[in-house]
Amino acid sequence: MLPSNRGHFYIKSFKFYLESFKNLMDLLIFQVPILMVQASLDGILLGILFALIAYGMALQWGVMNIINIAQGDLVILGGYITYFMYLSGIHPALGVIVAPAIMYFVGVGLYKLVINKVVDRDLFISILATFGISILFMQLMNFAFGADVVLANSEFGTTMLFNNSVTLPNSKLFSALISIIFAIGLVIYMKKSKLGRAIRATAQNARAAKILGVDTEKVYAATFGINAALCGVAGALVAITFTIHPYMGLPYTIRSFMIVIIAGLGNLPGVAVSGMGLGVFEEFADYILGTEFRIGSVFLLLVLILVYRRFKLSKKREYLK
Amino acid sequence: MKKNNIILYAAILIFGVLAPFMLPAFKVQLSILCILIVLALTWNIQGGEMGYNSFGNILFYGLGMYICASVQVGMFFPLAEWTESGGEKTFVHSPTQFFQGMAFGLLAAAIIPTIVAGLIGYAILGLRGHYFAICTLGLGVAAGEISGGIEIIGAGQGFTTPPFPEIGSLESRGQFFYFLSFLVLVLTFVAVKSVYSTRFKLVLNAIRDNEDKAEAMGIQTMKYKIIGWMISAFFCGLAGGIMGGLVGYIDSTDVAFDGREMGVFMVLMAILGGKGTLWGPVIGATLFHLFKEGFWTYFLGWQYVALGVLIVVIVIYFPEGLMGWLREKYPERFGEVVDEADRKAQVELK
Amino acid sequence: MKIRNMLITLVSAIALLISSSTISFAKVVGDKIILGSAISLTGKYSSNGVHTQNGYNMAVDRINSMGGVKVGGKTYKFEIIYYDDESNPKRAAQLAERLISQDGVEYMLGPYSSGLTKAIAPVTEKYGVPMVEANGASRSLFTKGYKYLFAVLAPANLYLDVAIDLAVEKNGGKPVSVAMAFEQDAFSQDVRLGVLEAIERTGSKKVIDDKLPKELNDMAATLAKVKAVKPDVLVVSGHTKGALTAIRQIAEMKVDVPMLAMTHCDAAKLSKQHGKNSQYALCASQWHKTLTYKDDFFKDGMTYDADFKKLFNYAPPYQAAESSAALLVFKDAFERANSFDKVKVRDALAATDMQTFYGNIKFAAGGQNVDKPMVLFQVMCDGDKCENKVVAPTKWASAELIHPIPSWSKR
Repeated sequence: MLPSNRGHFYIKSFKFYLESFKNLMDLLIFQVPILMVQASLDGILLGILFALIAYGMALQWGVMNIINIAQGDLVILGGYITYFMYLSGIHPALGVIVAPAIMYFVGVGLYKLVINKVVDRDLFISILATFGISILFMQLMNFAFGADVVLANSEFGTTMLFNNSVTLPNSKLFSALISIIFAIGLVIYMKKSKLGRAIRATAQNARAAKILGVDTEKVYAATFGINAALCGVAGALVAITFTIHPYMGLPYTIRSFMIVIIAGLGNLPGVAVSGMGLGVFEEFADYILGTEFRIGSVFLLLVLILVYRRFKLSKKREYLK
Repeated sequence: MKKNNIILYAAILIFGVLAPFMLPAFKVQLSILCILIVLALTWNIQGGEMGYNSFGNILFYGLGMYICASVQVGMFFPLAEWTESGGEKTFVHSPTQFFQGMAFGLLAAAIIPTIVAGLIGYAILGLRGHYFAICTLGLGVAAGEISGGIEIIGAGQGFTTPPFPEIGSLESRGQFFYFLSFLVLVLTFVAVKSVYSTRFKLVLNAIRDNEDKAEAMGIQTMKYKIIGWMISAFFCGLAGGIMGGLVGYIDSTDVAFDGREMGVFMVLMAILGGKGTLWGPVIGATLFHLFKEGFWTYFLGWQYVALGVLIVVIVIYFPEGLMGWLREKYPERFGEVVDEADRKAQVELK
Repeated sequence: MKIRNMLITLVSAIALLISSSTISFAKVVGDKIILGSAISLTGKYSSNGVHTQNGYNMAVDRINSMGGVKVGGKTYKFEIIYYDDESNPKRAAQLAERLISQDGVEYMLGPYSSGLTKAIAPVTEKYGVPMVEANGASRSLFTKGYKYLFAVLAPANLYLDVAIDLAVEKNGGKPVSVAMAFEQDAFSQDVRLGVLEAIERTGSKKVIDDKLPKELNDMAATLAKVKAVKPDVLVVSGHTKGALTAIRQIAEMKVDVPMLAMTHCDAAKLSKQHGKNSQYALCASQWHKTLTYKDDFFKDGMTYDADFKKLFNYAPPYQAAESSAALLVFKDAFERANSFDKVKVRDALAATDMQTFYGNIKFAAGGQNVDKPMVLFQVMCDGDKCENKVVAPTKWASAELIHPIPSWSKR
């Protein structure tokens, strides 16, 4: 090994990174501070969409003690429903109504077929079972819908702020708006409706709820159906805002349970905040660390947050439950 | 019992040594099988014996892969130039250089992940249950993504490992990697088996059954947790190093830190065979590999559907795996004594 | 006994192992020449894997129906064994081994993508199995001294450097500022290298150099930087997903750049999916139907395009065209070698010098095709109907490059 070469290489790359970093900070802070606004807004809008998916994940985790690895695939399925609507001439924005309606029944069907056998078991079993469902789904979708990467055009236009330096695609604003509406709607539904209360009761204490007359089977099926419906909405929004492909589901799954973990189980407002926080973090990581480290740094952040919590709790001689 | 065991082990060893000659067309498949078994065996230390479901052992596997290849190249040629532009410049290893590099590379691939496990163990192993699972998953994904941005190990263009030197026959490369992976498999098995026959295993089981009580009894659980992880890291690193040389091309998220496939498969295999047992992961890995290859041949285009159905069926109906299911049906054969009255009195709870 | 259980498992394992192997296909079975191919039928490259497979299949059908391959006085037909590499390099290498050692295949067709080809090439080289590949363009494949690798396509670094030269030319010969966004995979990074070389050659400046992670669905951050920095050229390469995302977000964020150069436009069916928004995008292509190359099997580009559309219901992207060309190359080599011996076939392949509807094919010592230049086409729209028109090199141009791209406010 030629030490002079190696040393020289390291010095060269260090200088390069230092230079790039300085240029970037200069860009962000002095030349175009508006980029920070753009990054923050992008992050928030992105985060809200992920938070919606995370909400569904948190729901079934809290109620049924299930981690659904196929979450992302349900999102993609919702996206395909919207795509086919778009192909037949219907405006894809209506997908946010049609997709959840269809996906609800997909969810209930999936529950009756497979999930109900996994509910009472170890959380881990659900991870593996839903992993099996996930790879099955991906290939079925590949077979049914073809392998093309597709998207649906909403033609919503763009909102320009600050003298055209900040551009927000209206599709992203629409996504955020719809996500918020559905999230709030769900919260209200949970509080006021009979089924919602039954769900909450079951989440608190399934056995007691059963004794008091709640049909837990129906509750579980409905919860999973609601989760699938939320994924359907998210999928419709993804089709309008990004692209869909049978194998693009996994990142949504991973991101959603990352958000749930960071928020902490049972902390629903936390899901929204974590979602947006992670979105903003990711955007800023893109600018500061470089696009290639964007996703890696988000996961590193997850690890750091968990480790930090662990140490904080261990001081009290407790641990994360 | 002991004598029969020796016959069994001898039979397997003989089969293992003769396999590449009896089934020459399957050398690569068998090598991969050996590596899968190693991954399943080591995962079982965390998942089966300790109750800590780790999705992050792939971290050590990937680290081992990159380290082995980097050392093998870096010992003789400038690593940066090897990986520059996706590997345009070609340097050729002489046979001595290749094997020397491989030896040191594997050594580093085993030791460095072990040290990493020791360093981060205190922080990560303090988490429990699903927090541990997700944290390790995050580690695996982060490692894959971040290594995809590091230029010196190839970044997005991947890292082509040194080609096998032109010695011996066409079969030499396959044979070399097969024997290497078989050797590592034997080492892993022996190590794991001997660890299981000591108090160490009992401590791990105690942690699995109730960690707080174990701590209350005075067991320094953290020490044992970390040591267990270090053992896994050691062999996972070795496995990764060998796989890197076998495949010939290292891609950060698809080959090295392959959480999506290898990372999950190691869990599945251990569960399929029966986690918490010694032979469970071995049988599980073997069956899994057979099924997977069978599906890929006969169900092309549907292989994942078949695999998905298989996984769901196993997880729902055989969550204890094959070994666990056998243990339930024939507990005597596993050395457990069952009271006849007890068995008759068993009621099925719906 | 526990032992018995183990032994039973062991024995059944071996039995299954042996039975799960396919019948050993020799190089020729009856009147069929067997070719092997690991293709991405699933996974992130599945869309282009399917294009590749369709190209292979169409060529096999065409050649077989038009008299097949004549070797040693007898006529043979092509047949391809496919395995799914799942867009995973480890799997691809494993399948290459399987095809060659278990299935006895002696001639291989390449997979889709440089990464997968990089994983398979060492295997075919080791066994001395000639491989004609049509979708692995990384330059690093051709510097390893592989004797058994033959690529019909132009290397990746030639994809977009022409765009930089064009930009400089339109800038009155003065250097330009270039912003780049490339996906982190073997192919896209190689295209990036070509662009970097062009930048250095013309004395231009690189102002943004983003490497997009493979799972990334959102380029908004990169495009915001582009808006801030206002480069002369924006280069984006990220396979099908990258092309679709780029056009969508450039339109949404109203990013104004005088020149937008991309890859995979036709594979992404840009004009169909984005319509007017994809207007003015410059795309690198290995082939275009309006090129005037000819051969006896597919006639010319327009005929190929029409025939492909009839068979598969969509217009063939260049990935399909180059895959079909690979079969033509094999046929030609088999007939010239007049033998099935791997070495003779390999030598015949090395001496290839032919024209196909896809382009001229002549291999250099490293295995790359030195006789087929890349073309650049620009998406031009007439109302709502958009078409790809070749604008460079001038020899093949059917339209003039529109430069600079009119700003969004004027569209």
